[in-house]
Amino acid sequence: MIEIVSSSRCVTCDVCIAVCPTDVFDRGPGGLPVIARQGDCQTCFMCEAHCPADALFVAPLTHPAPEGSPLRDERHVTESGLLGSYRREIGWGRGRKPGARQAVGPELGRARITPAS
Amino acid sequence: MTATPQPSTLDLVADVVVVGGGPAGTWAALTAARAGADVLLLDKGYCGTSGPTASGGTGVWYVQPDPAARDKAMASREALGGHLQDRRWMARVLDQTYENMNRLEAEARYPFPVVDGRPHKRGLQGPEYMRRMRSWIKRAGVRILDHSPVTELLVDGAGTVAGVRGHRRQHDMDYRVRAGAVVLATGGCAFLSKALGCDVDTGDGALYAAEAGAELSGMEFSNSYAIAPAFTSVTKTAYYGFATFFHGDGTPLAGAGSQGGRSVIARELLDSGVVLCQIDQADAETQRLMRTGQPNFFLTFDRLGIDPFTEKFPVTLLLEGTVRGTGGIRITGDDCATTVPGLYAAGDAATRELVCGGFTGGGSHNSAWAMSSGTFAGGGAAAFAAALGAGAHRRRLSGTGGAGIRPAGSGAGGAGRAEALDVLRRQVHPYDKNYLRHGDRLRPALADLDAVWAGLRAGAAPAGGDLPRLRQAAAMVAHARWMYTSALARTESRGMARRQEFPGLDPAQFHRLAVGGLDRLWVRPEPVTGREVRELAVAS
Repeated sequence: MIEIVSSSRCVTCDVCIAVCPTDVFDRGPGGLPVIARQGDCQTCFMCEAHCPADALFVAPLTHPAPEGSPLRDERHVTESGLLGSYRREIGWGRGRKPGARQAVGPELGRARITPAS
Repeated sequence: MTATPQPSTLDLVADVVVVGGGPAGTWAALTAARAGADVLLLDKGYCGTSGPTASGGTGVWYVQPDPAARDKAMASREALGGHLQDRRWMARVLDQTYENMNRLEAEARYPFPVVDGRPHKRGLQGPEYMRRMRSWIKRAGVRILDHSPVTELLVDGAGTVAGVRGHRRQHDMDYRVRAGAVVLATGGCAFLSKALGCDVDTGDGALYAAEAGAELSGMEFSNSYAIAPAFTSVTKTAYYGFATFFHGDGTPLAGAGSQGGRSVIARELLDSGVVLCQIDQADAETQRLMRTGQPNFFLTFDRLGIDPFTEKFPVTLLLEGTVRGTGGIRITGDDCATTVPGLYAAGDAATRELVCGGFTGGGSHNSAWAMSSGTFAGGGAAAFAAALGAGAHRRRLSGTGGAGIRPAGSGAGGAGRAEALDVLRRQVHPYDKNYLRHGDRLRPALADLDAVWAGLRAGAAPAGGDLPRLRQAAAMVAHARWMYTSALARTESRGMARRQEFPGLDPAQFHRLAVGGLDRLWVRPEPVTGREVRELAVAS
């Protein structure tokens, strides 16, 4: 679920308010988006992909991250390189090459069935 | 009630209304606009991010127009699908998909990877695909209203669909559109399971279609569950073909697998609550390709600090219902017409039995169906609207919505969204009800769903933003009732619709099942179309 809106990075462009398919954000004081309906977040990472300032962080959990979790800590996700990592991987943003250009997956053969031992 | 003023209603007119802005809806809008129609696309979320394609990405059933290759492609899943497919439709979809993928490169400038000097068109990265579809349809003149869920269809005096009503949730304003024709491209129904990108897929279109008198088909093929790490959303079941599964104590879970062994996982989750997994069959090169192919698969692992190739992690199964099942609104014409004049269906909102039969249409077949059926439906809707002529927007309209809009009876004993979601959680999500199906468990589950449906029909009609939310709950309950009614009618195991007490295929049930109704449901066998094409192909 969406956990972090970085007030220092946000450029108040309202893109996240527009693109969130489940309408999680409201426009808050000073134009900063606020997480108004976290329970509706479907953890699809689309807000992160579209944020031009890498100001949003979606924890990969389908429930709120617990109090004290590093996934709620802006400093941790910044220093570990997780903030903005999805946008980087799909190659969105100025000067980047679209990840779609590279997106060739492995050959998917017959699925493995777990053997008895 | 507080004394807030009634929200004003926005009145709009369009030749063609497209409901839903995923792949099927955007292809429908593009095709209708190119045919000269004035097109309005309505998305309950945001066209460009809504739905499982945008947040996931997909393989595509893209096959060169070589007769042998096409024949092989059509034959590959016929047995799995219980032979309910239609070869003529498969051929049309392969043709249309081939054309559309080439147009995506030439006209939308989609950045396909280059392999051996040629564009590699067997997949689409979701965010990029849907971002380009949005800008492409805007360039074609399509008007888009985001965050504008439709709440009901409007019909004229003859029962022809002639518009929609809905609500703009970011403007707290209701709207009404008079239209010459409507395309429903609202997706399947995944029952708010939080499977990747699927929470906007609550089966809304099927409810609206049924209220206008349309039929559904293949709703027994609706028990699809996808693998995801426990407590997360990223469902990418295909990659688990490289995995080994384990009991909670780390010993191998014999027979478990992503294909042909998923029910073993479901059973173990029911019995012990824990299944562990390790993607230990991927060599270094495969691991590298998995990351470039689907970077979002690794979001979960990278952020939780798990190395899925060397560590065991818990997994779960998330309900994907008719998103990866194949049931949906019944199609009655090559232009994706329904049994209701003026109403067209495309993508996961429509039945995919025509190309997938009764086996999960997930991945390549579904994406091919979405872009092809969208194209067919957009063309059909534009032609229908054009034929209506100048009188199209002077028709007297009435609403078709029942549950949550026009209460039946006195209002006593009414149920709301919370009650509906609770019944769905207890009667549809559990693996022993919807996945590992048995009549002894389906019948009481259906009775519970019928009871809450009656409550929704009796309940009060909310206003503003609460109405779409209640309508979505009603749509899910209706969906589940059609699913279980069809599942009970098919007393055999065919495609994904398996019954524990009827494990074999019954040649006497070689038919599709049409289903419909709202307060009282009906189900009816329908002959499988397109057999003559296959027999001709086999004979030659």
